[in-house]
Amino acid sequence: MAQKIYSRPKSLMPMPSGFCPGCLHPLATKLIADAIDELGQNNNAVHVLPVGCSALNLMYWRGDMLGAAHGRAPAAATGFKRSAPDRLVFAYQGDGDLAAIGLAEIMSAANRGENFTVFFANNSTYGMTGGQMAPTTLIGQKTSTTKYGRDAETTGFPMRMCEIISTLDAPYYVARFALNAPKGVNQAKKGIKKALQYQLEGKGFTFVELLTNCPTTWGMTPLQSLDYMETNTIPYFIPGVYKDKGEKA
Amino acid sequence: MNVHINTLLCKGCAFCVKYCPKKILEMGTERNKKGHFFVITTDEEKCTSCAICAAMCPEAAIEITKEDSNG
Repeated sequence: MAQKIYSRPKSLMPMPSGFCPGCLHPLATKLIADAIDELGQNNNAVHVLPVGCSALNLMYWRGDMLGAAHGRAPAAATGFKRSAPDRLVFAYQGDGDLAAIGLAEIMSAANRGENFTVFFANNSTYGMTGGQMAPTTLIGQKTSTTKYGRDAETTGFPMRMCEIISTLDAPYYVARFALNAPKGVNQAKKGIKKALQYQLEGKGFTFVELLTNCPTTWGMTPLQSLDYMETNTIPYFIPGVYKDKGEKA
Repeated sequence: MNVHINTLLCKGCAFCVKYCPKKILEMGTERNKKGHFFVITTDEEKCTSCAICAAMCPEAAIEITKEDSNG
């Protein structure tokens, strides 16, 4: 008798995703789906959709979904969670959505300590609109609006959202993981499960940043983009657990 | 058969080829319905069912099974 080691999570549709080949968005979604399957919350989870590439989950996620205006996923999730406290609510946002237009919403929701989870997929560019500079674009990184690489003198420095949010008192769990290698993927899976578990226990706001790539707008092959992450993204956005109130107790 | 690749879902990113510790996966020369090259296995006898390829697959196109040692 053959024993199953790994199979496709139940929370994903049985069809190809709408993402480009080599994109790490569907990998991040798969890890969330795995965690939700393991927690037995398939019928209880609510996916709050943002605007951007991450909203392609609309055709990929099997379960309840809620569409929010650009950057307002944490605000929509706040309303939903307060009216239905028993549901497992999570927002899945990209960096243009969360760190630029939705900065006020994420900071306010984190500061109130709302009991839901935000997954932040950071690929350091605007993917869907054609690869413009995002707040998280690295110094020297070429995008369609920074032709000669990002210059700190005119456009400032990349924003580290995990560090910023972990300075607030209310968030319960804040962590960052890189998805470019199996080690990071395994750690991310555990971190995602932990964040969702804390939410089910009613502990408060949990935030997980996932470093992803964008081979299409970075102008690379999928494998080159993994190497670029290793040498450029990870040294600036250092993976790790920034806050875990449950660990100290 | 330990590695089951759903060739309709594969987009040929080759993350599994890069991280397979036994190097028994490679890019094929055929295309699937969507027009992507898909991954094939070369020497499946060597597979240890570590599931690293399945963990790294963004499209969740790989399913891993393991034969029981006592048959």
